Amino acid sequence: MTTVREAFDSMSWGPAPESAALAHAWLDRHRRRFGHLIGGAMTDPEGPGLETVNPATGAALARVAQGTAADVDRAVAAAAAAQPEWWALGGAARARHLYAIARHLQKHSRLFAVLESLDNGKPIRESRDIDIPLVARHFYHHAGWAALMETELAGMSPVGVVGQIIPWNFPLLMLAWKIAPAIAMGNTVVLKPAEYTPLTALLFGEICGEAGLPPGVVNILTGDGRTGEALVKHPGVAKIAFTGSTDVGRSIRVATAGTGKKLSLELGGKSPFIVFDDADLDSVVEGVVDAIWFNQGQVCCAGSRILAHEPIATRLVEKLKARMETLRVGDPLDKAVDIGAIVAPVQLEKIQSLVAQGEREGATLWQPSWSCPKDGLFYPPSLFTEVAPAATIAQVEIFGPVVVLMTFRTPAEAVELANNTRYGLAASIWTENLNTALDLAPQVKAGTVWINCTNVFDAASGFGGYRESGFGREGGKEGLWEYLEPIRAPVARGAAAPPATPAAPAATESGQVDRTYKLYIGGKQARPDSGYSAVVRASDGSSLAEVGLGNRKDVRNAVEAAHGARGWARATAHLRAQVLYYLGENLAARREDFERLIARSTGIRAAAARREVQRAVERVFQYAGWADKYDGRVHATPLRNVTIAMNEPLGVLAVVAPETPSLLGFLATVLPPVAMGNAVVAIPSERHPVPALECYQLFDTSDLPPGVINLVTGPRDELAAVLAAHDDVDGIWYFGTAQGGGEVERLSAGNMKRTWVDRGEPRDWFDPRTGGGEEFLREATQVKNIWVPYGA
Amino acid sequence: MAETRSAIGRYRPPQAVTAAPRQAAEADPPRNPGMPLELDWVREARVNRSAVERRAETLPKRRTVKKEWQLGWLLRAITLMDLTTLQGDDTDDRVRRLCAKARAPVRDDLLEALGFGDRPIRVAAVCVYHRFVATAVRALEGSGIPVAAVSTGFPAGLTPMAQKLAEIEASVAAGAKEIDIVITRAHVLGGDWQGLYHEVRAFREASGPAHVKTILATGELGTLRDVYRASLVCIMAGADFIKTSTGKETVNATLPVGLVMARAIRAYRERTGFAVGLKPAGGIRKAKEALDWLALMKEELGDRYLLADRFRFGASTLLADVERQLEFHVTGRYSAGHRHPLG
Repeated sequence: MTTVREAFDSMSWGPAPESAALAHAWLDRHRRRFGHLIGGAMTDPEGPGLETVNPATGAALARVAQGTAADVDRAVAAAAAAQPEWWALGGAARARHLYAIARHLQKHSRLFAVLESLDNGKPIRESRDIDIPLVARHFYHHAGWAALMETELAGMSPVGVVGQIIPWNFPLLMLAWKIAPAIAMGNTVVLKPAEYTPLTALLFGEICGEAGLPPGVVNILTGDGRTGEALVKHPGVAKIAFTGSTDVGRSIRVATAGTGKKLSLELGGKSPFIVFDDADLDSVVEGVVDAIWFNQGQVCCAGSRILAHEPIATRLVEKLKARMETLRVGDPLDKAVDIGAIVAPVQLEKIQSLVAQGEREGATLWQPSWSCPKDGLFYPPSLFTEVAPAATIAQVEIFGPVVVLMTFRTPAEAVELANNTRYGLAASIWTENLNTALDLAPQVKAGTVWINCTNVFDAASGFGGYRESGFGREGGKEGLWEYLEPIRAPVARGAAAPPATPAAPAATESGQVDRTYKLYIGGKQARPDSGYSAVVRASDGSSLAEVGLGNRKDVRNAVEAAHGARGWARATAHLRAQVLYYLGENLAARREDFERLIARSTGIRAAAARREVQRAVERVFQYAGWADKYDGRVHATPLRNVTIAMNEPLGVLAVVAPETPSLLGFLATVLPPVAMGNAVVAIPSERHPVPALECYQLFDTSDLPPGVINLVTGPRDELAAVLAAHDDVDGIWYFGTAQGGGEVERLSAGNMKRTWVDRGEPRDWFDPRTGGGEEFLREATQVKNIWVPYGA
Repeated sequence: MAETRSAIGRYRPPQAVTAAPRQAAEADPPRNPGMPLELDWVREARVNRSAVERRAETLPKRRTVKKEWQLGWLLRAITLMDLTTLQGDDTDDRVRRLCAKARAPVRDDLLEALGFGDRPIRVAAVCVYHRFVATAVRALEGSGIPVAAVSTGFPAGLTPMAQKLAEIEASVAAGAKEIDIVITRAHVLGGDWQGLYHEVRAFREASGPAHVKTILATGELGTLRDVYRASLVCIMAGADFIKTSTGKETVNATLPVGLVMARAIRAYRERTGFAVGLKPAGGIRKAKEALDWLALMKEELGDRYLLADRFRFGASTLLADVERQLEFHVTGRYSAGHRHPLG
């Protein structure tokens, strides 16, 4: 027994292995061959399939099927067949099913944890203490939403069959984030796990059967990117939910453009980790451990950019280095290991090459003195100092245990550096000063902001990105909208929105014109860059007015002007309301002018024009009312903290207004974003732009700050395309043709801006429920979750 | 800022090592000489409770020792124990019994089975009230086990200062090598850092060669930030050890408190090179808890903090559970308390 003496003397950490025997037994029971889980049964494995490997040892674990287009067909058909009945079961019954899944997950929690660590390489401590408990929590939480759906989400229905594609970094957790809300809301799913990590999804599928879930509600399809592509393109899929790289997300955005598929994307990040000089630095160091040395740094929301306040930067670096010496890298199944294996050779190579590039570009690399295991895919915790924002490693996502550190001087500079990225997934802010924390949290562009903590998650809190980190939320009530659509009474085509045929711009002609309108940019009337105008004809063929023919430069200027008006977002909601009330008053005062204009322009009867203006006035007052009432929430997450879900404006929003009703359609689409604090670049009706243009005088007289609403008239779809492709536009609404909407979606992939596109479906703008209301506010805002732990 | 901080060096007494103090301390650890009270440092201290609790909660889940390592660690834990009796009904015989257990904390057959037949395992010290110091010193004669005395109006620490100092001197005269003193909580709660500093400084002087452990009674300090600040002030005043609790408060040694105190010790070591010890006391009853504390020490302060001159457990019932765990590992059967001799 000399080893006891040795241990007594050395006080070293010995091995603390978690047994993998039961996980291997499960794999053996399946003879280490898996088919897909379709309609509640496992298909026969055909062909060579894909091998899944334990990244810590390189040993093969099993072979899984490579999903073909035919497999996707079968899976989608099974999901489609199951969906009506699943929805018809009702919320209470679905809740019981989700609850049963959660119970079964917990019953097999260790098997899931071990299998996850085997397949992915993450430390058993994390799969056991973080991933699997969160998975169960997600199903419990959404069981509740299923039960509440009929009362709390009245008027909404499931979208149908949902295709879900998840990454390899949190295989089962991402599965839970996808499947729980989808099936709770009455959808059925076809889920494709990542090719590196398919095993826990297959076990989950098996558990669903054990828990009595009806066949076809959850279908698991394994395979690589080709399988995912087939799923994305399948016409039977009503929605795609994807978590993964921004590049793949972008291609999915393009592939689904114009198909009418709903889309939510959770993509990459380069999240800032901001440390002020009044932070508890020892706790900050542990925060960094949780931020970047969690899951080998393979975390989309990893705090990979430390922004350190200059006064404490040196001390923080010293403390970090000391802490890095005590981190332990090695066997993921060792209970006392902090950092496990990198998931695949290609990922390890990517990390190595980016680190090499960082050194080449002049940054200083620091790694602990101990040596990393050589067998298996391991990489040591790494810290880069002397990093400039211009360095590659400060910009691109490394997706490994590598953090860069930069310094800042003032809170304003911290915000500037934090936002100096295309991404916007998460941020972490460390300060003991509540003023500083709550001042910065809204300024940082990120879907999640953690104050004095990092990488904490819960089913009750929405998670998702700003900017190129994607759109849509997972978790919380805000996450449910991704799996719902409003039930709308059918509107007869032609009744509300006649199909728009873009009017051919007539050449300028001499003759009697009533008025000449320019563009309206930055609170000023602006001559179009083209120098051309077009005559807008009244319904009787006479010329009604001349309007400017806007082009891409006018759009550029309008976007610049809108950015100049970003102070609108910081104005109080009360002030925004007052401006809108004033606008409503001024519109009401000029009611008769507008009625005449509408009637002349569109040829509708006086009574109809009167009705439209009346509704328009009502709509203005409606959004004036909403301006200070679309509150956020405080989520009930199981931590001693306040989780604030704030509705923030998107920023600069492009609005392509419907052709008709010319005034109501314009105001109904421009005002909700304005009420929420966005600055808007609007393209009014192409055929009937005059009522909208007439509004700019109202804006001028209603104290609307310059640049909050900008109007560019001209060829609608051409201008919409410029806006959709503009990388400094944060979102675009398009109410036009199905084809134009598809183009907007396709072009939006450039900066992954949020889109809301009417697929040429008629909408009753006169109905305050379909032509206005919360749906519009939701589309004009994005939810930021701010976690504020407390404790005296 | 780190540069300006190194100016702290000017407070360093001339006899202190100037070059590479930490390495020098490893070879021949000098006692902490203390330093002038630096109020700026005390006032700027920040402790985030939620973050500290998270670290304290996850650390035992991040670290564990199994099999031979667990046995080695448990035996080491025994050598770090201040075997303690601080009860109103203590008697000379009771103290002698405890001292006998201190000399032989683990059954010989178990030690033999663990490969320690030729290597005695003893506790670090025996801790008693002043009244029993002489008894304990006699009972431990020749064992090399020091006697620690609680000597300043334990546990409330509210007797007159002159009396406290006299008690310390009497305990040292009676043969106590270590003095566990209680601080006046009012100094902390009232923000009177000068008062606390002078109090501990006086205790240290009265203790002479005996090592001073300052008991913060953290359960009565209200916030972790005050635990940190009180730790710093005691250390500046020359404490050899800082100790969590008397064992008489409603909340005693908790991992978050230990973590905060360890960080104060580390901050002082980083600035001055002097190492101060840590003693959690009260409420540590299970072998698993002892292992968690050792993991905390190893992670936050390093292996050097797994030796008795830097770390102690103040414990009265912990040993019994450790003995049972040792027997379980040796025999493969769960053990019973009555199979191990009483202390």
